[in-house]
Amino acid sequence: MMRIECPWCGSRSEDEFLCGGQSHIARPDPAAASDDEWAAYLYQRDNPKGPHHERWLHRFGCGQWFNMARDTVSHEILAVYPMTAPKPELLDVPGGEA
Amino acid sequence: MKRTRQRLPHARVDTGKPLTFRFEGETYRGFSGDTLASALLANGVSIVGRSFKLHRPRGVFAAGREDANALVQLEHGAWSEPNARATLVPLYDGLVAEGQNAWPAPGWDLLAALGLLKKVLPAGFYYKTFIWPNWKYWEGLVRRLAGLGRAPTAPDPQYYFKQTVHAEVVIVGAGRSGLEAAVAAAQDPGCRVLLLDEQEEPGGSLLASPDPVDRAWLASTLERIAQCPNVTLVPRCSVNGYYDHDVLAALQRVCSHLGPHAESTAPREIFWRVCAGRVVLATGALERPLVFPHNDRPGIMLAGAVREYTHRYGLTLGERIVFFTNNDSAWHTALELAEHGVRVAAIVDVRPRVAPELLRQATAAGIVDRLGYSVVHTRGRRALRQLVIRRLTEGGHGLQGPRDILDCDLLAMSGGWSPTLHLYSQSGGKLDWRDEDSCFVPGAGSQAVTVVGRANGDFPQPLHTQAYWLTPGVAPDCQWVDFQYDVTAADIQLAARENYVSVEHVKRYTTNGMAIDQGKTSNVNGLGILALATGRSIPEVGTTRFRPPYHPATIGAWAGIELGALYQPFQRLPAHACHVALGAQMADMGGWQRPEYYPQAGESEQQAIAREVLAVRNAVGLLDYSPLGKLEVHGPDAREFLNRVYVNNLATLKPGAARYGLMLNERGIVVDDGVVVCLAEDHFLLHTTSGGASAVHRALEEWLQCEWVALRVLVSNVTTQWATFMLSGPGARAVLAQLPCDIQCSRDDFAHMQFRTGTLCGVPARILRASFTGELSFEISVPAACGESLWEVLMAAGASHSITPFGIEALMVLRTEKGFLHIGSDTDGNTMPQDLGWGDAIGKNPGDFIGRRSLALEAGQDPQRLQFTGLALEDETGTTVSGAHVLSEDGNSSAGYVTSACFSPTLGRTVALGIVAGARARLGETVSVYYEGKTQPARLVAPCQLDPEGARLQADAAAPQPVRQPGTPRSAVPQPATPQPATPQPAASQHIPQVLAARGPLAGDSGIATPGFRLREATGVELLRLQVFHRGEGQVEALASALHTALPGPGIAHPQGARTWLWCAPGDWLVTVPAGTGATELAALRAAAGELLAVAAAVTDSRVMFSLGGARVREVLARGTTLDLHQQYFEHQRCAVTRFASVPVLLLAEGDEMLLFACRSLAAYLSAWFRAVSRDC
Ligand SMILES: [Zn+2]
Repeated sequence: MMRIECPWCGSRSEDEFLCGGQSHIARPDPAAASDDEWAAYLYQRDNPKGPHHERWLHRFGCGQWFNMARDTVSHEILAVYPMTAPKPELLDVPGGEA
Repeated sequence: MKRTRQRLPHARVDTGKPLTFRFEGETYRGFSGDTLASALLANGVSIVGRSFKLHRPRGVFAAGREDANALVQLEHGAWSEPNARATLVPLYDGLVAEGQNAWPAPGWDLLAALGLLKKVLPAGFYYKTFIWPNWKYWEGLVRRLAGLGRAPTAPDPQYYFKQTVHAEVVIVGAGRSGLEAAVAAAQDPGCRVLLLDEQEEPGGSLLASPDPVDRAWLASTLERIAQCPNVTLVPRCSVNGYYDHDVLAALQRVCSHLGPHAESTAPREIFWRVCAGRVVLATGALERPLVFPHNDRPGIMLAGAVREYTHRYGLTLGERIVFFTNNDSAWHTALELAEHGVRVAAIVDVRPRVAPELLRQATAAGIVDRLGYSVVHTRGRRALRQLVIRRLTEGGHGLQGPRDILDCDLLAMSGGWSPTLHLYSQSGGKLDWRDEDSCFVPGAGSQAVTVVGRANGDFPQPLHTQAYWLTPGVAPDCQWVDFQYDVTAADIQLAARENYVSVEHVKRYTTNGMAIDQGKTSNVNGLGILALATGRSIPEVGTTRFRPPYHPATIGAWAGIELGALYQPFQRLPAHACHVALGAQMADMGGWQRPEYYPQAGESEQQAIAREVLAVRNAVGLLDYSPLGKLEVHGPDAREFLNRVYVNNLATLKPGAARYGLMLNERGIVVDDGVVVCLAEDHFLLHTTSGGASAVHRALEEWLQCEWVALRVLVSNVTTQWATFMLSGPGARAVLAQLPCDIQCSRDDFAHMQFRTGTLCGVPARILRASFTGELSFEISVPAACGESLWEVLMAAGASHSITPFGIEALMVLRTEKGFLHIGSDTDGNTMPQDLGWGDAIGKNPGDFIGRRSLALEAGQDPQRLQFTGLALEDETGTTVSGAHVLSEDGNSSAGYVTSACFSPTLGRTVALGIVAGARARLGETVSVYYEGKTQPARLVAPCQLDPEGARLQADAAAPQPVRQPGTPRSAVPQPATPQPATPQPAASQHIPQVLAARGPLAGDSGIATPGFRLREATGVELLRLQVFHRGEGQVEALASALHTALPGPGIAHPQGARTWLWCAPGDWLVTVPAGTGATELAALRAAAGELLAVAAAVTDSRVMFSLGGARVREVLARGTTLDLHQQYFEHQRCAVTRFASVPVLLLAEGDEMLLFACRSLAAYLSAWFRAVSRDC
């Protein structure tokens, strides 16, 4: 069970949170997007073994969404950053190998 | 095995406290401090149970968790526990146990006597039967023969709960290394040290030591630890899992060791969730058996276990003990036994040479040595009698020379030691093979964990282990590896021959290590045999991954108190007591306890529902509609936001007007519907499906926080702030007219799909004219505290109109007759708005909305999509059910299904709705409806099968239009019972109070007052909520300066005069003010907020406030939340929004008290929850 550092509330148990899946997926302009682009926006997701950028909600706390970079192998949390912040560079990730 | 009459003088059992127990119907005696195993051994019971597959006799062979032989069925009836390990059951007076998997008795098992089993149950037996001839021929036989204990069938008379504990340092194992670690960690007074030990008493292997120096060290160290206020030593607590981020799961046996006769209010076990800063694993090492022919005979034990039974329990297990080993530890054990007067006959060692000093000491003690020998056979039916030994060839690959016989009555074996690394492996730590000790030791770690002592491979004396995985030159099929699951060296060799290479596959194919001990003694031996058989080294073979639990856990402990009524949180309606008093049949719907129907004496469910439906159609009905979701949306961009959220164009919705809206997700799927109300240009009220408010709120917040961050909008969920009642039927207006109300409710003043706010019976009220029944309806909301009172008032006012309370079942019939959509019933995970007939309306809406683009994808354009339709059965007396399939034209596949179906008492026949392929273009067609093997014809019709013009919405009590009187049956379906003549009522207006009474959510609940814990509903304060658009630049600062106060951030309560500010979320505070000042304080907050995008609201009615106290209050709270509530961290005026008992709450430390704020509807649930977990306080 992970312990996640909510940017507002501090360290809390995983069961207070909800994972909203991959983050940094830009919503295409609905008027301009082709069917393929729109379908990719809806359905195409990465499934990396290693660092992954995700959107999480502190559902049983402050109710805020935030971004989190998490290693899907070790479950190590590499970064927590605001929803609107750009994707951080993740250098030399410990625990990233499998 | 020898019966021990007297215990050795240095035993740790208390011979002053004899205990009586029964095993297999015989009465025996033991002492306090014994385990069931030691007591059985003391009484000479050599066979305790039978093995799983082959029913071979099994006796005690170890002294701890690694023993999977001595399994017993402990106690009877509801107290019965299967697969209890005799080595782990502390003896108590009156204990009753039976052996397992034996018939008729462990000592004389007929199934084993058949002697056939071994031949028919080779490795991979189960898998092979899948191929030939067929598993089903074998299943019955195997299930009868193979098995463990019997699960009790009666409910568990004891209870369990879970708790979360936080500590900076958590030490697992209170042996020498664990105790040393605790003493060291305790030096830092700010460091909470938690020392968890699985045994009945701390000490680990020190408990088996006869050395007075060891014993004195243990006593003084425990004394020292007891003096440390920051160290908590918990015995009987086994750590079973090591999870992510240094979270451990442990199971504490609180009173299970006392047996069924002890009187205790304590839980049987407590499930611990331990959040650690650092973990120290001092889990020791497990001794391995040696693999040699007939090594499973009762009377053959691990050398370390012999040591423990001798010195800890004071037993003399043999008169002629022989040791068989491949390492030095057995020599030390043998010498120590001899020193204490136990006769050791010989030591057989596979190594050709040992240290001369050991040889010298053995000779001096009169012990014969046989170096370079192996045991090749054991003899003795019920007890061990003889060993056959033979010399190993140089290099150890074969046998040579003559057989030699050794008489003996106990064989103590040691095949080396395996550090106990289960938890380390679970933590993600790698295991490295250390050749010189033939064992795995900790490799690279991945969490904050340190392994110490023997678990780290630091043995007190060098072992000089020589790998010896099986005995060469003799048949491998009687050399046992897994004693419980009857796996032999031959089985593993067979798996290798059948080309199994991966150790994970070999484990499952042979079942080696899959017994309830999970391979604690068999794993490494199995690896060694597999390595030899495949010509690889052990590191090349690798090891299976360790998974939780380390030791089997009681399922009841996983459930905790979440059983029965507390299985999941429930919400109560404000007028719950009224429904109960009316005899309502209550049911859980979307987490709410709601009335299904109100049966009268002698009525069936069908009759009650039919009566309620007709009452709404012909007179007036009253429904508790409080779970209806209510979200308020404020802000200058509110209308723009809602236009993006709803399929409808809301640009033209005027203040006071309401419009039905449909909500999609981004994939174009219909997820919610409801009436949207415009309260003001920048203020809207959204109604969602009952139980859907939280999900819709969450979706709206996700869009606002993640995508449209610039939209100036605030959303608040006010569902539980209001009690809502639906007054529906031709008499609705006449009933409402009797209540003192400043809202004009006449037909001209209050049209359909309009919304009014005002005062009703002296309290603020909101009334919506919408209709989910097809009848004239008023949806009336008042503050939740006044809900019960309003229900009473409406029932009184309606008495002269024969008002009938109706439940959710009647509502579903009413709306099905009208063809009104019920999201989730009439839609599925593929339903798009065009499937519901919204295609044209969407075409006219120029704007974009969530999911719109997806409607244009190819799938959305398919003419064969499942579309919403009504279904009329051709046979008017026929019935169908939701889930019945509508068949394709050729009758071979499904082309949709019935989504709602019920008997319509209004129409006298079944009405049904469904989603059917291409239904909108097929109106009037006849289709086949299939259910449980029967088909019947039905016509596709418009969903609305009653009053399609909507004339009934204009009905008035003055001119009722009775649709149908009961008592004219047109079908075989039960008809409503003849209605009772209405009792004459006095003029109702006399009973109608001018002001509604406000009642707390826990009226009638006297709270909890135990010696350690107190709970009562807190009163004396009112609650306000202040929200500000925190994403807006400088908004929070501007608000703070307007209020002349610092607005607190996360986790801190901030007093400002009589107000206390509690942070709930960014830009969101709960403010407590003294009772009676709420209105003025609210006005003050609103004035201060001025032009800022801020919303102040009175929320007392939507919350319950518990005041919690008593010496054990924090302990009780730790049973509901994972938050660290230690005094040091959660001190006075700390607050936190957290998950508590599976629901969201706000906790506040206020002096010695704790205040807990939650949703009002959860008050009864939380009260019941506290009652259940504080039983031991
Ligand atoms: Zn938070």
